[in-house]
Amino acid sequence: MTAILRKELADYFTSIRFFVFFALVLFISAAGLRAASEGIRSANLPEGFVFLGLFTTPGSVIPPLTYLVSLIVPLIGIALGFDAINSERTGGTLSRILAQPVYRDSVINGKFLAGLVTMSVMIGAMLLLVSGFGLWMIGVPPTAEEIIRLFIYLFLTIVYGAFWMGLAILFSVLLRRIASSLLTSLGVWLFFSIFILLVAPVIANAISPATADASHAELMRNAELHRMITRLSPNILFQEATTALIFPVVVGSLGMISASQVAYMIPNPLSLGQSILLIWPHLTSLVSLSVICFAISYVLFMRQEIRPT
Amino acid sequence: MSEKLAIETQDLTKRYNGAAVVDCLNLHIRENEVFGLLGPNGAGKTTTILMLLGLTEPASGTARVCGFNPTREPLQVKRLVGYLPEKVGFYEDLTARENLKFIAELNNISYAEIDGRIDEVLEMVGLTEAEIMETGPNQQKEKTVGKFSRGMKQRLGIADVLIKRPKVLFLDEPTSGLDPKGINQLLDLIAGLPKTGTTVVLSSHQLYQVQRVCHSIGILSKGKIVIEGAIDQLGREALAGGRYRIEVETVSPDAKLIDVIRKIKGVRDVSVQENLLLINTDADLRAKISKAVVQHDFPLIQMKVQQFSLDDIYMKYFKES
Repeated sequence: MTAILRKELADYFTSIRFFVFFALVLFISAAGLRAASEGIRSANLPEGFVFLGLFTTPGSVIPPLTYLVSLIVPLIGIALGFDAINSERTGGTLSRILAQPVYRDSVINGKFLAGLVTMSVMIGAMLLLVSGFGLWMIGVPPTAEEIIRLFIYLFLTIVYGAFWMGLAILFSVLLRRIASSLLTSLGVWLFFSIFILLVAPVIANAISPATADASHAELMRNAELHRMITRLSPNILFQEATTALIFPVVVGSLGMISASQVAYMIPNPLSLGQSILLIWPHLTSLVSLSVICFAISYVLFMRQEIRPT
Repeated sequence: MSEKLAIETQDLTKRYNGAAVVDCLNLHIRENEVFGLLGPNGAGKTTTILMLLGLTEPASGTARVCGFNPTREPLQVKRLVGYLPEKVGFYEDLTARENLKFIAELNNISYAEIDGRIDEVLEMVGLTEAEIMETGPNQQKEKTVGKFSRGMKQRLGIADVLIKRPKVLFLDEPTSGLDPKGINQLLDLIAGLPKTGTTVVLSSHQLYQVQRVCHSIGILSKGKIVIEGAIDQLGREALAGGRYRIEVETVSPDAKLIDVIRKIKGVRDVSVQENLLLINTDADLRAKISKAVVQHDFPLIQMKVQQFSLDDIYMKYFKES
């Protein structure tokens, strides 16, 4: 498998696709830093979370870095995976490789691992770049807690990217044509990032209508339902987890808070342990989603007929 | 040629959606011979090869390739077997050497040996240094395979299967896309492989080419083997009831000569067409017949055994089935 892993990595690091996305990653880092430099003075960050402000502070026009990351990471994942298997199939190289003494799963494992390494390099480079330049810009070193939070954020982002890559690989196993696997992956991404936000209130209102004379409990139910439906989307899960993890100032909880309760809330950032506790379900769901995607593509690929034509 | 079997199948069957594509196939391919696998399109040739490689699982029946079961021990089989698919594909943005190197690495060939092997196989298939290098301003660089012609890719495909020094080689239409000179070189290469201890299974529609290099053939039709055996023997069985047909050209043969020839042991019958004697025999009796002709003071102008072309055999069996 090392030979396949090495070849795939060499392919990724020399492909035009990689350079385009790396340029995009650099651009996003620059944009995020610009936003932070505009907004960080007025952000009124509590002590101990100034450094994280680099990632979470929006500028006058530019959204914060975390938002940009949640946009680009699925695209990187899809770009790394959408033609993994079917390009080999249409190119006629799959039957040639499988006629060599290698286990069939090492092909798909090698590709997935190579993609994971490439993605980790990209995201890691982005976080390090922003941290480095940010340190130089604001002159406030990160606290130990902030560093831990950033590492968990890095892990979370890689897992999130791995989910999209796994999904793209799944479509590349299922669909013979490269164009269709790309479009299907993008379609799923579009659904989970935008359409589910439009669909969720409709479904929630249909099941538990929130009319003008609805009781307090009914309104609560409607809002909870709405929230649960949007949480089916990995994009929303990732955004919520990000917020709880590196934007601990605002979040008291990820659930509902009534207006009467807000008055009693003390604007106190969550402790690290509480943040992790809060995002634990999100993290496990994202990990299991990635694993499920990869497992399905693995099983399908292992049972698929390999015809040279 | 030895009597040991390189490939043996027993009632090998493969079904797609209930229809048998390969139906109770029994193949016997001896070690160190060139075996031609023939049959019309859709007869199940490729499916058979894929099952023998362990790339496809048979519905029932067993196969043994070099003593291994390809379904149970695919890795052992693939270590010994090379396969050139009909539509061979390469990584188009890698060079010829890089493509070969990747395959060599997958076969666990040691780093020290890889470069030597690559040079060796490139030379065997006649891919010269001039062909794989860029032309024009960057002459020092190697061409990527994407810039190769169809014939060069085909030859690279052969190099690719030879690099692991296989014991058994499956070639699916290896000559397609080659020019006449390339075809000749390839056929010579294939004919020489048994001497180096490689058994070749050649699947092709080019009957003339198959006849030139194959020792024995098997004809498949609708997933079943129609006929299997050595070419010349099959030809005689198919077209002359297992006999030899010898033509002798002389000058005005008389009844006495015909009588003498008829009495040679093994001669079935003799007929005359002006200066031609047509003789049916049980064995190749050319030596005895020529001696008889010359001893009776007749000039021996020419003499030949009727050749059987594979075309004749193939067509005959497909008329029957």
